[in-house]
Amino acid sequence: MNNTSTFIKKEFLHVFRDRKTLLMLFGLPIVQIILFGFALTNEITNAKIVVCDYAKDDASQQIIGKLQASQQFDIQRILLNHKQIETAFKDAEIKMAVVFPANFNSDLLHQHKAQVQLITDASDPNTATAISGYANQIVMDYQNELMQLQRVPYQINTEVRMLYNPELKAAVNFVPGVMSLILLLVCVLMTSVAIVKEKETGTMEVLLVSPFSPFLIIVSKAMPYLALSLINLTIILLLSVLVLGMPINGSILLLYAVSTLFIITALSLGLLISNRTASQQSAMLISLMGMLVPSILFTGFMFPLENMPYPLQLVSHIIPAKWYYIIVKSVMVKGLGFSAIWKETLVLLTMTMLLLVVNIKTFKIRLT
Amino acid sequence: MDTVIHTDKLTKRFGDFIAANEITFDVYRGEIFGFLGANGAGKTTAMRMLCGLSKPSSGTATIAGFDIYKQTEEIKKNIGYMSQKFSLYEDLTILENIRFFGGIYGLSDKQLKEKSEQLIGTLGMECEAKKMVGALPLGWKQKLSFSVAILHEPKIVFLDEPTGGVDPVTRRQFWDLIYEAADSGITVFVTTHYMDEAEYCNRISMMVDGEIRALDTPAKLKQEYAVTSMDEVFYRLARGAKRSE
Amino acid sequence: MRTLKFLLQKEFKQIFRNKALLPLLFVVPIMQLLILPLAADYEIKNINITIVDHDHSPYSHKLISKITASGYFKLANYVIGFNEAFEDIEKDRADLILEIPQGFERNLIREDGTAGQTDGEQLYVAVNAINGVKANLGSAYLNRIIADYNADVRMEWVQMPRFNLFPTIEITSSNWFNPTMNYRFYMVPGILALLVTMIGAYMCALNIVKEKEVGTIEQINVTPIKKYQFILGKLLPFWFIGIVVFTMGLFGVGWLVYGIIPLGNLFLLYAYLGVYLIAVLGLGLLISTYTETQQQAMSIAFFFMMVFILMSGLFTPIDGMPKWAYVITQFSPVTYFIEVMRMIVLKGSEFVNIKTHFLIMVVFAVVLNGWAIYNYKKTS
Repeated sequence: MNNTSTFIKKEFLHVFRDRKTLLMLFGLPIVQIILFGFALTNEITNAKIVVCDYAKDDASQQIIGKLQASQQFDIQRILLNHKQIETAFKDAEIKMAVVFPANFNSDLLHQHKAQVQLITDASDPNTATAISGYANQIVMDYQNELMQLQRVPYQINTEVRMLYNPELKAAVNFVPGVMSLILLLVCVLMTSVAIVKEKETGTMEVLLVSPFSPFLIIVSKAMPYLALSLINLTIILLLSVLVLGMPINGSILLLYAVSTLFIITALSLGLLISNRTASQQSAMLISLMGMLVPSILFTGFMFPLENMPYPLQLVSHIIPAKWYYIIVKSVMVKGLGFSAIWKETLVLLTMTMLLLVVNIKTFKIRLT
Repeated sequence: MDTVIHTDKLTKRFGDFIAANEITFDVYRGEIFGFLGANGAGKTTAMRMLCGLSKPSSGTATIAGFDIYKQTEEIKKNIGYMSQKFSLYEDLTILENIRFFGGIYGLSDKQLKEKSEQLIGTLGMECEAKKMVGALPLGWKQKLSFSVAILHEPKIVFLDEPTGGVDPVTRRQFWDLIYEAADSGITVFVTTHYMDEAEYCNRISMMVDGEIRALDTPAKLKQEYAVTSMDEVFYRLARGAKRSE
Repeated sequence: MRTLKFLLQKEFKQIFRNKALLPLLFVVPIMQLLILPLAADYEIKNINITIVDHDHSPYSHKLISKITASGYFKLANYVIGFNEAFEDIEKDRADLILEIPQGFERNLIREDGTAGQTDGEQLYVAVNAINGVKANLGSAYLNRIIADYNADVRMEWVQMPRFNLFPTIEITSSNWFNPTMNYRFYMVPGILALLVTMIGAYMCALNIVKEKEVGTIEQINVTPIKKYQFILGKLLPFWFIGIVVFTMGLFGVGWLVYGIIPLGNLFLLYAYLGVYLIAVLGLGLLISTYTETQQQAMSIAFFFMMVFILMSGLFTPIDGMPKWAYVITQFSPVTYFIEVMRMIVLKGSEFVNIKTHFLIMVVFAVVLNGWAIYNYKKTS
């Protein structure tokens, strides 16, 4: 219909003429992908630690050497006595203190038993666990070396193969997560003001008197943003692969297809918010304050979802980004096909249908 | 006669575009001065400069005796303003709006109490005093806006298209308010493109394409152009206008 | 100062009359504070393992029981073929696969005692390494369990002298400041900081831009209200609200629900909060001077919040970031506030410990607000 295309064209013009917002809609995802792709990691590197070495002997020196050489640790100071440890922690820089008792080496060689104490700053339990885990490994390595020298019998050797990400790059885990998060939030932000702005400025009345059905109004509002988001998606994918070193092991076509579905889901969510609020301010605050932090946590790339209490896991099911994250990992990293992701795709499809139906049903064809 | 507004070649440029070109005129105390022109002629630009909202690109002016470049804060203490977009707070009550704007202009609590009662009485809004301004009909909002603008008895009150979208009866009532204000010594500077309102003014000036093309009493202008209505005067002057919205 | 009083009265009235706004300011942050700390937990536990046992011997069974008894692993599946196991990884039903080859027991235990020298028996482990840290720690735990099992086997077969034949290092760990390793303790102050930040920056920016969009700001510009009075009138209400929400969060949720009792000086904490809010509101103010519509203001605010949140050190360690990213974190006021929150609440730090943080925050407050005030012109 000629009228429809005119209407859609008007929507496109609205969006593409607002230069400042346009800049932000493109610029922000680009900057964020690069920023977070490089910066986010849950690895421990250069953690600041101190050593309190009462032994000052061969064994302690060797272990200290290993700690220093590892990427995970950055020895700040060698302390002279353990009273200084508390001050070191309170200054907020130090995450762990390693204490070697006097006679460490001789105990080890002659009594075959010696102790090392690890004191961690557990105000950050996550880091504390990881740091103490790595430190444990380093000490174990030293112990194994000693054992090798003594040719211990009945040794089981284990061969470990890392799948999908042999170099253990953090980006492989985080980039799909950041992608999901950014696409979800930007789409919701964009459309959440779309309808409500017209309500506020009064141009909604004009629309309501027109022969356009609510369905058409809603769909045409989403159109320009769909186009924008697809461009965004392409840029994000290019950046992920070329700059951040993400693999694309699966079908690009499949990736695009499912991503388009996800974008539509997100846009519908934004439109729903727009539909149900009376002012731009509320719409924006709901998107910004209501969705930002929960989306970060419940997408599942920051903290493992399986660790969360069961009720929260249920909550995560509502966040579209969580399903998309799984899909991206499966297709991009694992290289799987549709048969592996049909469940998640179905969930997104259902969400979209639901959102669109609610949108159309609640779109007020009369102003109060 | 006291000159309350004096401008000399006041100009405002936006890049290459000259919105107001060497505006020169005087306004006297107690006058109702009409500032007419088509949409886009430059009326609002000129008025914004006089209110201290916009810095002129060149030219000089004094408002209530204060310099337009160096003494904008003094100017603001002595003027009232009613904007085109209507600027009372919709989510505050009538009373609250009055108290807020009165308080801002330095009225004491006693004065505020007196004046609010007076104002509400005059406008006949006793029952609505505690209602949100947003709930009022347009005509009431505008009358209220004007009354609040002159609450602190300023020397000059600037009205930017105050009667837009209002029915003729309400417009008439509004102009009654304006007359009252002028009688009490407040100079009224009003822009409008309703030519019949031009008849109500003491003197008017007509802006076309950013310049003042006429400046006189309505009677004299009609005589000059040998026509019977201000509409005709306007038509003669603005016919060749290049700028319109 | 009367002018300021009138301004503040108006602002507060407008905020509290806005029915849509109030829940977002008070209820939503508190709810998020209640729920979100429960979600934040990096600990590697409940690792799903699928075991492919080609051997089916008492020794392989013993190994498997040891693994399942460890508490770290959940047995997802017990299969006979590697392909089945791999499917588990593909479908995310398992995080790792342990393959025990045929002849495991036979090769390990040889009656003639020549068993398991350096060419001991191989076990094969395949790990889903998409989450590198999880893969690392998961395989480390598994290795540890296998090593323990190995020691048990050795103990059975080797004559044990009265004392330890092989050098063992015993590692004792103590956890300070949070002995129960309660993740909530760590998260609550941090998330509270984020929520208060959002209120400050967003609300202030949106509020001012809204006046611009609607046009009421013109009316203000034409009055004798001074620049500083207008700005204070906009900042102060949100400053108060920020402090109120913070208090509700710290005591209402932190203390009542999570049992967090601040170890350090509360006065110091609130002093820092006061300065911090000024800085963050300054940012909101600054954003409002560069935008004309609420949509623009929101987009910029969104960008800043994303950066602040993800780079704050709250969820991922700052130490792990590349140098340039680290520099960015140092420019975010949120980073400092979260650190100070934890230092005072969890570690009981005193002023001398946080004086640099204090100074930096004052600089932020001055720069952001100064810049915004400079930008804000009553006459354009």
